Amino acid sequence: MSTDISVPGSPGGPERSATRDAPGVHGDHERTAPQGRRPRASLRHRIYHSFLLRRLLRSVFVIWVVATGVFLMVRLLPGNPVDVYINQQIALYGKSYEQAAAEAQNYFRFDPSTPIWRQYLDYLLGLLRGDMGTSIATPGVTVTEKIAQYLPWTLYSVGLALLISITVGLLLGMIMAYRRGGVIDHAVSIIGSGLHAIPNYLLAILIVVVGAVQLGVIDYTRMRGNVSPGVEPELSFRFLSDIGYHATLPMLTYILTTVGTWALIMKASTTQVLGEDYVTVARARGLKDARIQGNYVGRNALLPLIAQIATQAGFIVGGAIFVEQTFSYEGVGLLLFESINSRDYPTIQGVLLVVTITVVLANLAADLVNAALDPRIRLGEGGAA
Amino acid sequence: MTTTSPPVTDPEAGLPAPSASAGVSPLRRLLSELTRSTAGFIGLLLVLAILAVSLIGPLIMGTSVPGDPARAWEAPSSAHWLGLEGGGKDTLHLLVTGGRTVLMVGFLAAAITTVIAVAIGSLAGYFGGRFDALMLQLTDVVMTIPQIVLLAVVGAFYKLDSPTLLAVIIGTLSWPVLMRSIRAQVLSLKEREFVEAAQLLDVGWVRIVFGEIVPNMASYILINFIIAVTNAIYAMVGLYLLGLAPQRGNNWGIMINDAWTKGAMFNPDAMPYIIAPVTMIVLLQLGLILLTRTLEEILNPRLRDR
Repeated sequence: MSTDISVPGSPGGPERSATRDAPGVHGDHERTAPQGRRPRASLRHRIYHSFLLRRLLRSVFVIWVVATGVFLMVRLLPGNPVDVYINQQIALYGKSYEQAAAEAQNYFRFDPSTPIWRQYLDYLLGLLRGDMGTSIATPGVTVTEKIAQYLPWTLYSVGLALLISITVGLLLGMIMAYRRGGVIDHAVSIIGSGLHAIPNYLLAILIVVVGAVQLGVIDYTRMRGNVSPGVEPELSFRFLSDIGYHATLPMLTYILTTVGTWALIMKASTTQVLGEDYVTVARARGLKDARIQGNYVGRNALLPLIAQIATQAGFIVGGAIFVEQTFSYEGVGLLLFESINSRDYPTIQGVLLVVTITVVLANLAADLVNAALDPRIRLGEGGAA
Repeated sequence: MTTTSPPVTDPEAGLPAPSASAGVSPLRRLLSELTRSTAGFIGLLLVLAILAVSLIGPLIMGTSVPGDPARAWEAPSSAHWLGLEGGGKDTLHLLVTGGRTVLMVGFLAAAITTVIAVAIGSLAGYFGGRFDALMLQLTDVVMTIPQIVLLAVVGAFYKLDSPTLLAVIIGTLSWPVLMRSIRAQVLSLKEREFVEAAQLLDVGWVRIVFGEIVPNMASYILINFIIAVTNAIYAMVGLYLLGLAPQRGNNWGIMINDAWTKGAMFNPDAMPYIIAPVTMIVLLQLGLILLTRTLEEILNPRLRDR
């Protein structure tokens, strides 16, 4: 890169070429490109990168806003938990204010006696280091440790359920679109509408009431928790089948409540694509059905759904608080529920923050996949839309 | 999408959402189409029936439910069709009086959501610029945080004492999604001729936005209002069920929570106490969803089969 110092015919002459070494690789590469095809390629390259950068900045911004909101919620609002905690310690255990304030600092990750801007700065710097304070309900355990213990179970159960639900739903949706008015179309539409109407927490309760207690086909008490006692976490069939067994009911609930929706969305999308001219043309060209279904219809029907998948991920993570509580599945939803009941504010904040970050990352991934598949998005997006 | 309905053959049905000048009001046209589709009709009947029972029932049976603790968990009988609960109260009576709060919170929260979303969405779409950018940023943040998690956390920090307060909080937290689609619609509507004509007449932006543009989205707003009702009911029942909203008064969410914590599912005589409110909520949600699906189908012919 440092070799092509002078470009024939480039405006600016020696003056510019002298300063050119400084701006860095990117600028150099661009300016030294011949006038033919390469500028276009590098322009696209640059826009793609700025799309990525813009998207990343937006994600960071959202996380910062939520972190700030959490800080304000704890510190500034009337009846803030820091003061409540300090007064409680003084009243109940006769501690001195300094002692109670020091404990509050440990729990909430800021010292109430320092100026507010300083508290805020310390708090943000603490977050950057992954320091979210200490749990009040279980003294000595940091919030980060707690979340690290619970979050993987939610990601595993929700993620796997989402994967199964989407795969089955999209396949069903395509079949429904190709055989409109058929048995599968009718059955999935009716069952899907019915299941969609049942909130996931009520379905969870129905599974326990009907499946476990009335019919006795589900061993509800044995399926509680994440693993059976005595099963060690290791990469063995015994462990994997055991965690699969314990995650069955939550996953079943997520899958049943969402699969019909996916099928109906995919059916609508596929039906629309089937009416497009290029499908008719492909048929007229005598292309094989399998190729039309895969390359022409499936791909184009799927594109608009990717963003929705991320939204759904956020929705399921939210629904986990109900489902995990019903099945005593020790994920981040149950952690949030227990923290709320024990008024463990540092943990509540931590869960809110981590759940938000998870959803932000899911959205980011969906946008990047979308941009990779559909150039219109990264080229056309004007920043606002 | 809902296949129980035969394809509507009325030629007028295939028209896209008509402009406000179409003679018959679009809402009335919608209603007549709705009664012609089986699924839509079932949905409408379900919603109306539950509304009637919950609003008129308490007037006949009285709102306070007397309980006789000595007769706790009595099995269903001719005097008490659904049996008695753990405090000796009549389950059917609780069921009839327990719908009010659910419906009130659902409809109030949805109304708040819709009003905020339509106001902000149409203004942001019409004016664009800084206000638009700011609102989009805001929706970006609020849409990211899962609503239930946010509600649960808000419930942990504040006492959600009254159902009205709960409705206000649910309503003010759930407008961003609708605001985005309203804004998108306004962006396309504001390029139409009738808006240009109104601008030439210089009638002022209030009349252009709320008198010319918004009425064109009436049916779309109605659909989203119903969707907002289902979402608000999902959220509020969930909060009551988890015990995150105070267990005062009587509603279906509290009934389920009570049944669950008292282990009603292990007592065969107590089954109606847990199944009945679950059924009511599911039927209400099913009715609302059938209603929206059918309305969407009527308004967007491309969704309809062939």
